[in-house]
Amino acid sequence: MSNFTKEDVQYYANFARIDMPDAEAEKYAARLDTLLGFSDRLKEVDTENVEGMTHPLAITNVLREDTPADVLNRDDMLKSVEDHEDGFIKVPNILD
Amino acid sequence: MVVNKTASELQSLLHSRELSVKELTEATLKNIKETDKSIQAFLTVTESEALAAAEQLDNLSDDQRGGALFGMPIGIKDNIITQGIKTTCASKMLENFVPVYEGTVTEKVKENGMVVVGKLNMDEFAMGSTTEHSAFQKTLNPWDLTRVPGGSSGGSAAAVAAGEVLFSLGTDTGGSVRQPAAFCGVVGMKPTYGRVSRSGLVAFGSSLDQIGPITKTVEDNAMLLGAIAGADYRDASSSEKPVPDFKKSLTGDIKGLKVAVPARYLGEGVQPEVRNAVKKAIGVLESLGAHVDEVDLSYSRYAAPTYYVISSAEASSNLARFDGIRYGYHPADAKNLNEIYLRARSEGFGEEVKKRVLYGTYALSAGHHDDLYERAQRVRALIAQDFQSVFADYDVIVGPTSATNAYKLGETIKDPLTLYANDLLTTPVNLAGIPAISVPCGFAEGLPVGLQIIGNHFEEAMLYKVAHAYEQATEFHKQTPPAQEGN
Repeated sequence: MSNFTKEDVQYYANFARIDMPDAEAEKYAARLDTLLGFSDRLKEVDTENVEGMTHPLAITNVLREDTPADVLNRDDMLKSVEDHEDGFIKVPNILD
Repeated sequence: MVVNKTASELQSLLHSRELSVKELTEATLKNIKETDKSIQAFLTVTESEALAAAEQLDNLSDDQRGGALFGMPIGIKDNIITQGIKTTCASKMLENFVPVYEGTVTEKVKENGMVVVGKLNMDEFAMGSTTEHSAFQKTLNPWDLTRVPGGSSGGSAAAVAAGEVLFSLGTDTGGSVRQPAAFCGVVGMKPTYGRVSRSGLVAFGSSLDQIGPITKTVEDNAMLLGAIAGADYRDASSSEKPVPDFKKSLTGDIKGLKVAVPARYLGEGVQPEVRNAVKKAIGVLESLGAHVDEVDLSYSRYAAPTYYVISSAEASSNLARFDGIRYGYHPADAKNLNEIYLRARSEGFGEEVKKRVLYGTYALSAGHHDDLYERAQRVRALIAQDFQSVFADYDVIVGPTSATNAYKLGETIKDPLTLYANDLLTTPVNLAGIPAISVPCGFAEGLPVGLQIIGNHFEEAMLYKVAHAYEQATEFHKQTPPAQEGN
C-alpha cells in the first residue's frame, strides 16, 4: 500500500524548500514509502511508560560570562557570500 | 621509501633529523598524486599549505619538537572545516565553500605537529555507506578496485588502506567510521558521544555525530584520539571527563576480560565467511584469557528504523541553514527570496540528501511527530538501556562491524534495505552514545573483515586494550592491499 502520493511529497518538500516537479515527486514518493514501511516495525515495541531519549548523555547546561570571543573578521566572512554590498548581505526585495 | 614505513619508524627518523618533515611531506604528496589516480580518496590535496607547515615544523628547535605525532601527514574528511581550505561535504551545495575559521580537531592535530595534506571524499553530507553519494567522484576500495570503500568516511579509510597517509579523521553518525574501516582493513574508532569536540564538524545528526580516527594500527589510533579528545568551550556537548593516556592501556593483558556476544550479531543476514572470521577472533580473545558469553540485545533489531527517523529529523533541521545566501551554492538571477531558497536547495543537494531531508520533515511534522519521531526517541531509550544491562556484567561487546564484505560498486545502492540491514550492527552504538572500534580480523572472499568491539561510555581505553591485544596476537594488520604493492 502506498502511503505517499505525489501531492504529499510536494506538501512536505515545500516545508523543506525543495522544488519538487511531478516526475520527481513520484520517484521520492516510492522511496519515502520504503522508509516509512521500514519504520512500521517500531509499532511492535511497547513504549508505554518509556521516557523518550533526546540526548545520549546526561548533560547539564554549561554557562559562561557573556564576553565576546572568537570574533571573526567581517571581510573574511563576506568572502563566502556571493551577493553583498558595503558589508551587508544582499537579498532580493522582500516587500512588494 | 618513507611512505612504506610505520609511524614509529618515521618518528625516530624525524626526531634524529635523518628525515625532515618537508622530505616526508613531499614523499607523501608524491605518493598521493600517484596512488590517488586509481583510489580517488582525496577531494583536495593541500600541497602548498602542507609544504609551508612542514617547513615551519622543521625550523622548530629540538625542544619545541616532540610528541608521537610530530610531522605525521594526516587527511581530513571533507565535512570537517579547515580554515582557508575548501570544505565541500562532497556536495554541490558547498563546492566552493572556504571556511573562515578552523575546526577544533584540526586545530588540535596541528598543535600536535601533524601536517594536513588534504581533504577526503565521503557520501554527500555523510549520508550513505558507500561513498558513492559524493557529488564529485567515486572512491575505490584499495583491496579490489571494483568495490566500494564503504562510507560515509570512504575516502578516509581508503587513503589509509592504500598507504597514502597513516592517519585520517572520519566522522561516525551511524557507522561511518567503523564500516569503511572494516571494508578497507584498517582501524577505525567511534568515540563516546562528547569525547571529541564537534566544533567545526558540519552537522548531520547532532545527537549522534562523533569525529573519530582511522589508522593502520591500534597504537596509532590511540595516539590520534588522545590528541583530538577533550572538553572544548565551543561545543557545549563535549565532555569534561579527563582524557586518559590511551597508550598506557596497550598492555596486551586481557586475562579475565568479560566479553558479551549478542546472538543476533552473528545471526541471519551475516555473510558466512564474515561470521567465521568473527568467531575465530572471539576464539583468539578466549585464548588470551577472556571469558565469553552469549547475550541478548533484543532491542537492537529496532535500531536501524529508529536511526533513520532520528538522524533524518535532525538532518532536516541542521540542513535548513543552507539557504543559498550566506554561503554555499547561490542560484544566479533569482527573482525573489523564496526562489533563492528553492533553487539553492534543489540544485545544490543530491538525491540521497533530499530524500532524508524530506523524511525528516515528515517525521517532525504535526500529525506524525508523536507517532514517528517521539516513538523513535522512546525506542532509542530502550536500545540504550539494553546496552547498560549488558555492561553491568561485561566489559565489552563484540561482533562483526559489517554483515558483509565490501559491496561491488553500484551493487546494493538500489536496494536501501540491504544497506539498512547492515546498520543493525553499527547504528545502536550511536543511538546509545557509546564508543566502538573496528579492527581487522581476517578476510571474506579475499576482502577485509572488521571485528567490532563496543564499550560503555568513556571506556575507549578498554577498547584500545582489547583491540591491541587482539591485533598483536594476529597478523591481519600487517597485510596490505594489492593496490599498495610496488610503492
